[in-house]
Amino acid sequence: MSTATLNAAEHQASGRAAAWLKRLPLLPALIFMIIVTQLPFVATLVISFIHWNALYPNDVTFTWFDNYAQVFTDAQFWSSALTTVLMTVIVVLVSLVIGLIIAVLLDRSFRGRAIVRTIMIAPFLIVPIAAALVWKHAIFNPSYGLLNGILTWIWGLFGQAAAAPQPDWVSSQPLMAVCAALIWQWTPFMMLILLAGLQGRPLDVIEAARIDGASTWQIFRFMTLPHLRPYLELSALLGCIYIVQNFDAVFTITSGGLGTANLPYTIYQTFFEAHDYGQASAEGVVVVIASMAIAILVLRTVSSLLREEKR
Amino acid sequence: MSAPTIPAPTASVAPARRARVGKRRTSEAARKQRRRNSLLALLAWVIGLIFVAPIVWMVLTSLHSEANAATNPPSLFAPLTLQSYANFFGSASGASPWPPLINSAIISVLATLVVLVLSIPAAYSLSIRPVRKWSDAMFFFLTTKMLPMVAGLLPIYLIAKALGMLDTLGLMIILYSAMNLPIAIWMMRSFLAEIPVELVEAASVDGASLLLTFRRIILPLASPGIVATSLICFIFSWNELLFANVLTSTSSYTAPVFLTSFVTSEGLFLSKVCAASIVISLPVLIAGFAAQDKLVQGLSLGAVK
Repeated sequence: MSTATLNAAEHQASGRAAAWLKRLPLLPALIFMIIVTQLPFVATLVISFIHWNALYPNDVTFTWFDNYAQVFTDAQFWSSALTTVLMTVIVVLVSLVIGLIIAVLLDRSFRGRAIVRTIMIAPFLIVPIAAALVWKHAIFNPSYGLLNGILTWIWGLFGQAAAAPQPDWVSSQPLMAVCAALIWQWTPFMMLILLAGLQGRPLDVIEAARIDGASTWQIFRFMTLPHLRPYLELSALLGCIYIVQNFDAVFTITSGGLGTANLPYTIYQTFFEAHDYGQASAEGVVVVIASMAIAILVLRTVSSLLREEKR
Repeated sequence: MSAPTIPAPTASVAPARRARVGKRRTSEAARKQRRRNSLLALLAWVIGLIFVAPIVWMVLTSLHSEANAATNPPSLFAPLTLQSYANFFGSASGASPWPPLINSAIISVLATLVVLVLSIPAAYSLSIRPVRKWSDAMFFFLTTKMLPMVAGLLPIYLIAKALGMLDTLGLMIILYSAMNLPIAIWMMRSFLAEIPVELVEAASVDGASLLLTFRRIILPLASPGIVATSLICFIFSWNELLFANVLTSTSSYTAPVFLTSFVTSEGLFLSKVCAASIVISLPVLIAGFAAQDKLVQGLSLGAVK
């Protein structure tokens, strides 16, 4: 780009002062972010080496790696790590697939398309904690939830209302119950991004392919999907960022019980319920290091997105 | 094709016949196409209705009396009443929902303003006059978003406690600003990057000050981006629960925290839970529907326009 060379020339000419002047608008945001998000992590690192339980304020000692040893031998920590991975993969994959199907359906014109698009967005606009509450109490509840109500109604059609199965959804399928509520909320998100991607397709090329005799499936497989790839990557990445950190649904639907505690919930519990500051910090550090490792991998994807955008 | 079979003498008739056959064939194909289209439209409607069903159910339940809300099978056609909303806003339930709603509004609006004030200049020096290694700065901001926020919760709690900031609106405004700033910078950068640099340079050649250039050229051109950014920041601030749940209590608790607190204390409450959920989601629903297209831009960090 010509501005790049121009900038380089500028740099050499006016030197340091100019460079700092140029950075000036960036600094407030940078400093703010370092203070609010990076310094606490330093504190977390320090506390992770200290034996510190708020319930025993007189027993605060430096313990080297004791907290870490505790974290790595804690079966519950490992199971919550697994739960986090499972939950994220399930929710992101399923909502991507459903989102893609709906996006493709909405990319055609039909009667009421605007209405369907609007109602499809709605789940994403329900406050997460409210959505979780409604799913738990109004939908999954075994005695008066919507799901079992529908079962009773269907069996009632055959005069067998009393024989209708009435499963306790949350306790029989706790992880799936949490995932269902999350998929419901995140599918619109995926759909919106993918739909925007679909609408950016070069229509003339697709028309040409159709005239040359390409089938709808061929067009989808060899033209639409490759075009959508960056959009799929972007929505998967953003979905992962948010769902890995999910707290509301786990907190509300199962309170972390029945093997659904994910990492944010486990750390919250160690800190807020067990008051074990040292161990909560060690858990935090482990999670941060793990997410950094994954983030570096993912950032390569994003950097290709960034390059494409720059082009 | 049928061309070779057509005998030479009837060549003059052939085009008409061929056209007729062709028409019949296309009309059949068109009928098939139409049927397929309406099937696909039907499928879209069915999926859409399945997705909106929980919300319809939520609205319906909130408009039923508690007794009618807790029946199995559901009593869809029970008489409608606003009793649950009255109970929610009234004193019947104990705590009034107004303080948390007002707290949430103040926190979300001010956090959004802070984010705009910090992100627009930052985006400027990442796009229009990019600093060296601007992409490193972008990645720094993105990584702060990838770090699990919960790992910073304890030190933030301890620091806030030491500074006497626990349970204050100011603390939540600072935290929510930091939470949304990376998203905002990514979004604003992608919007500012679309402004032709020549335009900005021309203005400065003509002697316009930086501030004037900013006000007259950059802000108007970036205004759709500013709207999208504000919308996303507002929604995420309004929705946040984890930090608010730990760091606020009686004087600055937010609407989501309020929602968690009253559920535990109620007996027959299904209708009221639904009413409360709707009321608390209403600002987000209104903002989201009012700016549907902005929502896409915002959610994709400005990468999708």
